[in-house]
Amino acid sequence: MKLPVASSQLPVPVRPGENARATGNGPLMTLRLHDITKRFGPTVALAGVSLEMNAGEVHALVGENGAGKSTLMNILSGLYRQDGGTIEFGGGRIAHIHQELALCPHLPVAENIFLGIEPKRRELFERAAALLHQFGRDIDPRKRTGDLSLADQQVVEICRALALDARVILMDEPTSSLQRANVERLFRLIHQLRERGITILYISHFLEEIREIADRYTVLRDGASVGSGALKDVSDAQLITMMVGRTLEPLGDSATRRLGDSLLSVNFPHASFDLHAGEIFGIAGLIGSGRTELVRAIFALDPHGRRFGYLSEDRKGEGLALQMSIADNVTMSRFETCSRGGWIDRAKQNRQTERVMQRLRVKASGPQAKVVWLSGGNQQKVAFGRLLHQDPDVLLLDEPARGIDIGSKADVAREITALAAAGKAILIVSSYLPELFALCDRIAVMTRGRLSEARPTSEWTPETVMQTAIGSAA
Amino acid sequence: MKRFALRSLTSILAPLFGLIGVAVLFAFLTGAPERYLSTANLRVVLAQTVIVAIGALGMTLIIISAGIDLSVGSAIALTSVITAVALREGFQPVLAIAMGILAGGLIGLVNGLAITALRVVPFIATLGMLGVARGLAKWVANQQTVNAPATWIHELAVTFPSKPWMLFAPGVWLTIALAVLMTLVLRNTVFGRRVFALGSNEAAARACGINTTRLKIRVYSIAGLFFGLAGVTQMSRLRQGDPTVAVGVELDIIAAVVIGGGSLNGGEGSIAGAMIGALVMSLLRNGCQQMGWPNYVQEIIIGVIIVVAVAADRYRAARAAEASA
Repeated sequence: MKLPVASSQLPVPVRPGENARATGNGPLMTLRLHDITKRFGPTVALAGVSLEMNAGEVHALVGENGAGKSTLMNILSGLYRQDGGTIEFGGGRIAHIHQELALCPHLPVAENIFLGIEPKRRELFERAAALLHQFGRDIDPRKRTGDLSLADQQVVEICRALALDARVILMDEPTSSLQRANVERLFRLIHQLRERGITILYISHFLEEIREIADRYTVLRDGASVGSGALKDVSDAQLITMMVGRTLEPLGDSATRRLGDSLLSVNFPHASFDLHAGEIFGIAGLIGSGRTELVRAIFALDPHGRRFGYLSEDRKGEGLALQMSIADNVTMSRFETCSRGGWIDRAKQNRQTERVMQRLRVKASGPQAKVVWLSGGNQQKVAFGRLLHQDPDVLLLDEPARGIDIGSKADVAREITALAAAGKAILIVSSYLPELFALCDRIAVMTRGRLSEARPTSEWTPETVMQTAIGSAA
Repeated sequence: MKRFALRSLTSILAPLFGLIGVAVLFAFLTGAPERYLSTANLRVVLAQTVIVAIGALGMTLIIISAGIDLSVGSAIALTSVITAVALREGFQPVLAIAMGILAGGLIGLVNGLAITALRVVPFIATLGMLGVARGLAKWVANQQTVNAPATWIHELAVTFPSKPWMLFAPGVWLTIALAVLMTLVLRNTVFGRRVFALGSNEAAARACGINTTRLKIRVYSIAGLFFGLAGVTQMSRLRQGDPTVAVGVELDIIAAVVIGGGSLNGGEGSIAGAMIGALVMSLLRNGCQQMGWPNYVQEIIIGVIIVVAVAADRYRAARAAEASA
């Protein structure tokens, strides 16, 4: 769906006299939601969400994928209308910064910032430059937007929200595609916004990140708000319990695995290592350091074979056939296991898919449900489930936990550990260091297209990984 | 399994309603429903539909794979000429038909190679073939129509079959049989699901180890076989090979597929829908003729129908997407 950057171009969702009242609680209360409900046909997306945000507050909205966070965001931005409940809003605009940035890549930066509210041509670039300058960024407003880094594109989106004079900015997992240095820059930017009295509703799966940036939180589970308060009064364990409603199993222990023979020997000029059966090999590094290109190059060694299984970081772009069923997506790389003479045996295909869905706890109506209907976390599980079904010797996983919730992360991590225990060789690329440290036997770091020497995980610390990652770039 | 069948049924419900709507409308307008909906008139309509319908079988495959083929009209002309020439030169009818069909497949193969090996986008590659095949047709036919000696091929798409028990022309039954076969192929074979995967997300298909180059070449070649068969049928209807025939037929065929729920973005489309789409257009043309409306009225109405049908389909898709968000 290609929406304008800020859905605030749409009419402000709350029209005076309908279900909004000027709030009588003084100037501080910006936005108050009471018992919001929303159904899509038979599906209850929101079953009663209440939330209060004060002016100049960063409010974290946490919950597993499918808990209703995106639906709530879409109601606030005016894309959907709630079925029940009231929204009280002090007035002004609400801007929505989407998880997958929604800018026109072919247009210059300035035109993206002012798309739909274009000033005179003469002023366009001046005003854009002034906005960009406030955030200490030297982005050329005449530059083609598609040529900017993701982090810079995000700055453009935020500038757009400011150009619209938004009072509330909704940020949907803004750090999911950023490297650490840019995350810090984003946080400084959020501080600046907060000082101007702008309210931010912030969705993220990273608890440590939420603690760093947010003041208060609201937890959603199964479409309802199940907890709210100041972050300083709540522990991570309490938050996770509220989110998942179950306690998480610990990840597998890499020390108990035995390494087998070398299954893959990579000998590129810029990267060489051996990958052994039963091994989980981690590649850390900044985004843009060439990690994804390395994985692609390895996959290209055996393009039409079945020995390698590849999980792309870009689930929608090159992972899933969204309009097709879960069953077709899961069995796509090995149709021959559920077909005879070229004809697919649907019953067999469904059985095989159901097994994979159970292993990964995919939430869906059944194996024939279309993937496009699933939440992001469940889509990621389907993409990963395809590898389980394909059963390759070597798994190449690029950001296997990207954009998925804590419960799904644990499900995927558990399966990765199980696959290694079953003798598969696994290569994981991740920006999320705790994931690498929890899973990997060895880690190597990518810096400017070169891979460092691989060392056992115990010889690394998060600090040394980061130092190596930015070392020669400094 | 049951839900799966049900879902694919709902997606052709809209074109089906359109079909019924058009039939009922003209039954009313002509004031003689018993004549408009008679077997005799139905024979006329179906015989007129056969060529577009056979073409739509191939085009559905291409459009689901996120491709397009603009060379169909020229391919029909070339293969009709080749079939007629083969008959004139004394080849057995079966051989002449095979030559026509295989020539179509060859055109498709060349299209597929241009798209994959030369990396030319399908729109341009087949636009080029539109010119090449038309030129070849005129060359092979020596710039005039080629009269074919009378054989049983002439019976293939006649309005009134010589054996009354057949009810409709053999070509109509052949089209129905092929439509059933292609429906099963698209839905239940590895090849069919891979074509959907290719159209839905080419990068994902490649990451699954599917050889997308080979798959595309196959798609265009198989579709070409259908276009060759459409050319044979064209020859059968005219009883001669005409190198100037079927100009612009590809647009009717694309319209049929799209009215039937096919998406030019790929990944969506159905044989049943495309067949209904072809019928809707024939019924409209036939109804307008019976009303004595001039040709331009038909053209305007069909143009509007195409856009309305697709708009209705997008609306349905948007509703479904919202319901699942």
